[in-house]
Amino acid sequence: MTSHMRGRIAADGQIRIAVTVNGSKVERSVEPRTLLVDFLRDELRLTGTHVGCDTSHCGACTVLLDGRSVKSCTMFAVQADGASVTTIEGLAQHGRLHPIQQAFKENHGLQCGFCTPGVVLAAMELLQLTKAPTEDEIRTGISGNLCRCTGYVNIVKSVAAAAEMMSGGR
Amino acid sequence: MAQAVKAMGEPILRKEDDRFLTGRGRYVADLTLPGTVFAKFVRSPYAHARLVRIDAKRALAIPGVIGVFTAMDLKGDVGNVPTAWTIPNADIKTPPYPALAKDVVRYAGEAVAVVVAETSASAEDAKELVEVQYDPLPVRVNQEAALEPGAPQLHAEAPGNVAFRWPLAGGDVEAAFKEADVIVTERFVNQRLQPSAMEPRAAIAAYDPGTKELTLHVTSQNPHIHRLLLSIILGMPEQRIHVISPDVGGGFGSKIPCYPWEAVVCALAVRLGRPVKWVEDRSENMVATTHGRDHVQYVELAATKDGRILGIKVKAIANMGAYLSTAAPGIPTILFGFMVGGAYAIKAGHVEVTGVFTNTTPVDAYRGAGRPEALYLVERMVDLLARKLEMDPAEVRRKNFIPPDKFPYPIAMGLTYDSGNYGAAFDKALSLVDYKKLRQEQTHARKEGRLMGIGLSSYVEICGLGPSSVVVSTGFAGGLWGSSTVRVHPTGKVTVYTGAHPHGQGEETTFAQVVAQELGIPVEDIDVVHGDTKSTPMGMGTYGSRTTPVEGGSVALSARKVRDKGRKIAAHLLEAREEDLDFRDGTFSVKGSPDAKKTIQEVAWAAYLADKMPAGVEPILEATTFYDPANFVFPFGTHVCVVDVDPETGQVSVRRYVAVDDCGTQINPMIVEGQVHGGVLQGLGQAMMEAAVYDETGNLLTSNFLEYLIPSSLEAPRIEAKSTVTPSPHNPIGAKGVGETGTIASSEAYVNAVMDALAPFGVANLDMPLTPEKVWRAIHRK
Amino acid sequence: MHPQAFEYVRPESVERAVGLLREYGDRAKVLAGGQSLIPLMKLRLASPQVLIDIGRIPGMSIIKEDGEFLRIGALTRHRDLERTPLIRERYSILVDAAHSLGDPQVRNLGTVGGALAHADPASDWGAAFLAFDAKLVTKGPDGERTISIDDFFKDTFVTAVKPTEILTEVRIPKAGTRDGGAYLKLKRKTGDFATVGAATQLGLDAKGHIADVRIGLAAVGPTPIRAKRAEAHLRGKAPHKEALAEAAKLAAQDARPTSDLRGSEEYKRAMVEVFTRRALEKAVERAGR
Repeated sequence: MTSHMRGRIAADGQIRIAVTVNGSKVERSVEPRTLLVDFLRDELRLTGTHVGCDTSHCGACTVLLDGRSVKSCTMFAVQADGASVTTIEGLAQHGRLHPIQQAFKENHGLQCGFCTPGVVLAAMELLQLTKAPTEDEIRTGISGNLCRCTGYVNIVKSVAAAAEMMSGGR
Repeated sequence: MAQAVKAMGEPILRKEDDRFLTGRGRYVADLTLPGTVFAKFVRSPYAHARLVRIDAKRALAIPGVIGVFTAMDLKGDVGNVPTAWTIPNADIKTPPYPALAKDVVRYAGEAVAVVVAETSASAEDAKELVEVQYDPLPVRVNQEAALEPGAPQLHAEAPGNVAFRWPLAGGDVEAAFKEADVIVTERFVNQRLQPSAMEPRAAIAAYDPGTKELTLHVTSQNPHIHRLLLSIILGMPEQRIHVISPDVGGGFGSKIPCYPWEAVVCALAVRLGRPVKWVEDRSENMVATTHGRDHVQYVELAATKDGRILGIKVKAIANMGAYLSTAAPGIPTILFGFMVGGAYAIKAGHVEVTGVFTNTTPVDAYRGAGRPEALYLVERMVDLLARKLEMDPAEVRRKNFIPPDKFPYPIAMGLTYDSGNYGAAFDKALSLVDYKKLRQEQTHARKEGRLMGIGLSSYVEICGLGPSSVVVSTGFAGGLWGSSTVRVHPTGKVTVYTGAHPHGQGEETTFAQVVAQELGIPVEDIDVVHGDTKSTPMGMGTYGSRTTPVEGGSVALSARKVRDKGRKIAAHLLEAREEDLDFRDGTFSVKGSPDAKKTIQEVAWAAYLADKMPAGVEPILEATTFYDPANFVFPFGTHVCVVDVDPETGQVSVRRYVAVDDCGTQINPMIVEGQVHGGVLQGLGQAMMEAAVYDETGNLLTSNFLEYLIPSSLEAPRIEAKSTVTPSPHNPIGAKGVGETGTIASSEAYVNAVMDALAPFGVANLDMPLTPEKVWRAIHRK
Repeated sequence: MHPQAFEYVRPESVERAVGLLREYGDRAKVLAGGQSLIPLMKLRLASPQVLIDIGRIPGMSIIKEDGEFLRIGALTRHRDLERTPLIRERYSILVDAAHSLGDPQVRNLGTVGGALAHADPASDWGAAFLAFDAKLVTKGPDGERTISIDDFFKDTFVTAVKPTEILTEVRIPKAGTRDGGAYLKLKRKTGDFATVGAATQLGLDAKGHIADVRIGLAAVGPTPIRAKRAEAHLRGKAPHKEALAEAAKLAAQDARPTSDLRGSEEYKRAMVEVFTRRALEKAVERAGR
């Protein structure tokens, strides 16, 4: 039964996984049913990734998995075994805000902050794929992230500003 | 020479952003205390049933389960939840609101038991195994149905399911209607909404048996109110309850109330001797967090044939849900009835509101809280009047605005609007969209069969809650003064302690701006502390757009007291008279002798040493103010919504949305705009797609984000926010509130636009949400 | 929200996965992208005792033209179809379908095979592939099998895939130069299931007439369905507005929508007509290019 996962399943049903989180390799034993978001929040104490709903709609739990934005509430930690995960905590380097974080600050792209980590990471992926997105492309790129505070106006503005900053416009 | 400090009115970047952007926000669910156990609530799937039996045997067998508790088990530890707004002259009935259901459940989602376990997952596993026997009873979901004779009674204390009957009259409304050339009648449904803040609610309670102190971390908009209510519910001394509400991910009114489950979690912490953590699932939030709106309104408007409005009659039936939540009775009455004249010089009005109990989730404040319900009907009636008289709806508005030179203006319904220049905001909005050109385009479009609509919404609203004597006279169990301490530390840095509790509105920045402007101390040196009953003075919290005018007013007054005290000390140190000192950019200097000066930082140090103080002046440079405003504040504005309708599908696309709002003095224009953007979209959400839907058995069908539709970035239109500035004469900084104006204005702007587009089809009114199918049916007469 | 506990296995080959399905029987469910299954498990509407994660099995995410077919591996993520230049150039209908479902994050993880095997009546891929003479390839204990899409959807959430089979690939006829298709979806908001969805793929002959056409409809029956009478009406005809409109009327008559929170039966039926017509118009336009 376990020829494909030899040595990784413990007697209590827990599974050993190795994930690179924000550049650091992490090895833990997890219950199969542990969601990736709960693994990040509870096991690794990276509470910047948030849980906003039960049905994979709100996007507050968005992280980057091997560079792609995914809803960490809709995958199990075991599925991330061997992968590289970037959470919001992994963006700022040496105490300096990433340009995208800076752009959100300069353009009032957040209010209560709860949806913000998810939005920022979704926007990260968008900007990695599309250097100069149109407004429509931005709105589509963040359409998996619900915000109840900002009306999205300044989020769109922030992403556009980030695009400019990141493409050397500043 | 000190750098010129210009902080007020500047779009200073927010100080709170760094922690949110780097994932270091401290939301309640993020916190862990050693030894924490986890609670999950067992909730009734029935909307109305006798609670026969609860059997926890199978649940208790799950490893890690510590206990399953019912109302019986917690008897004596947790009392009923009080209502804090018992409106007078309304024959209000306040039946008991138990923390856990005792013999009867009255709405689907009411908690009947709580499971506590070592892990969240095992608590959830156990919750599924608690066996509850219910004896279903007949259900009423709709308020008019609940009033019918023969309807099942929810509470013995409330015959006919009537919670209250509240009247308000101003002027001679019968005379107004007699005088009228035309009377417009309509029925509106302002549908039930689910606030859906992105952060679900959470609470962590911990009890220290040594100090006998209970500490509760909770998602609250008003920690002190939670503390006060919990002291009553738990029978615990108020000063031994410590409520901390750290970062809160949106509230919109839904985090004002003290919820039964929050009290239960506290009682469990005391009983079990371990911290107890509860985090709401979203589907739990949908049924167990208060809903908003849910009015049925019958309105009559009397006017002359040239469009002058003479009077208005409103009969509203408000669905209160199964129990009266914390602020609930005042929302559809006090915050609704006084505003039925809107921005117009109406001489007479009559309002009757009946509050009704139904087998649904309790209804309480939701962004706008009573004012959207009022201004929606006013602005829709104005458009209906315009249509009846074949007048331009812009002209009808302009004709009826209270003129700018008439303020402060006592309205017929009994309040006094503080300041206003409705015409200026109106003209600005219409000019921005080039209203005349739009109407010309519309004429042309209609000839081609294209459906284009222009909707106006000219509102004024009541916020900045509020003058305590007025508020208490309406039955609110608390004054609504603002509180602050401005403390200049020995090293010249500042902490502002405020009774507000912002949760996205930016006061960590704006209050720093107020103080920076008053004291000439840089914004970076000023921190704002809020949300902790141990740190801040007694405070009434953040809702009702009160934080800027009332709490901010208190901050300004405290800062001015600090400045005045500093002046006394500086004068003494400089051996000058107070009147001979200038105070500019943080420095006191003797007029004519610029080298004789003391910075406020030096004064702060001197006040700390306190060895050379003037007579009668106490050490330390700080001041506290409890500011009771003289009046509410009344922000106003005009919004314009332009839409195009696809006649084949009924889909509506917003071509343009322009908001011109006047919230008086603006501390930070960038933050003001942000509040307008967010507020507008919530109102548009109601108009376009949101609705809490129950089936006839009382089951909430819209219990997740798949079915309860809140706009994403693709449904949200562009929103242009501009402003005029008409300060409030009675406010220390001339400021009004702006947190709810967007929501108060936008639903009717959108509906007026769509109805305008559909005018060729002769449909007078459609109720929100204006789904494509509703619009399609109006077009195709189905 | 936590699902009930389960055992987790991650086979490294299809053969192994098939073996595990035989071993665990109906205690097990296959996990691909998880975007349909995991939400159901969190709400405890599905509580398999074993999850067989096929997400890492190599060779199941191909997108390539091979002989007469376009082959799409079952583990192809929706996003990859949206992005692949070959698909964007020659199979616009598939880009439409991919783009219409979920949101960017869901599209990053969700798979075409998973969506098809889940067989929601509103399945966008179901309607889109019905617009082709598509073949679904499965591997089971007895080897490989090919199922025609017309035999694939049996009932709501029920397909022809046997309990011990894994869906490995979808194959559609390679697009010709005079082919065009479109998928249009009416939805209440982004991320929602279709209120109605209309997919069509057609080919024009040398005279510019409709040589062949298929129409798939989503959310208007217990499974995605074909609008066969509409197809028959169009075959051989010049693609004039009137012919397309008439076909759309027939499609609306063949639809079997039910009233729910997304709309009444009457409205949905009327929208089938509108969206079928619009999809046909777009497909014709694309075929002509």
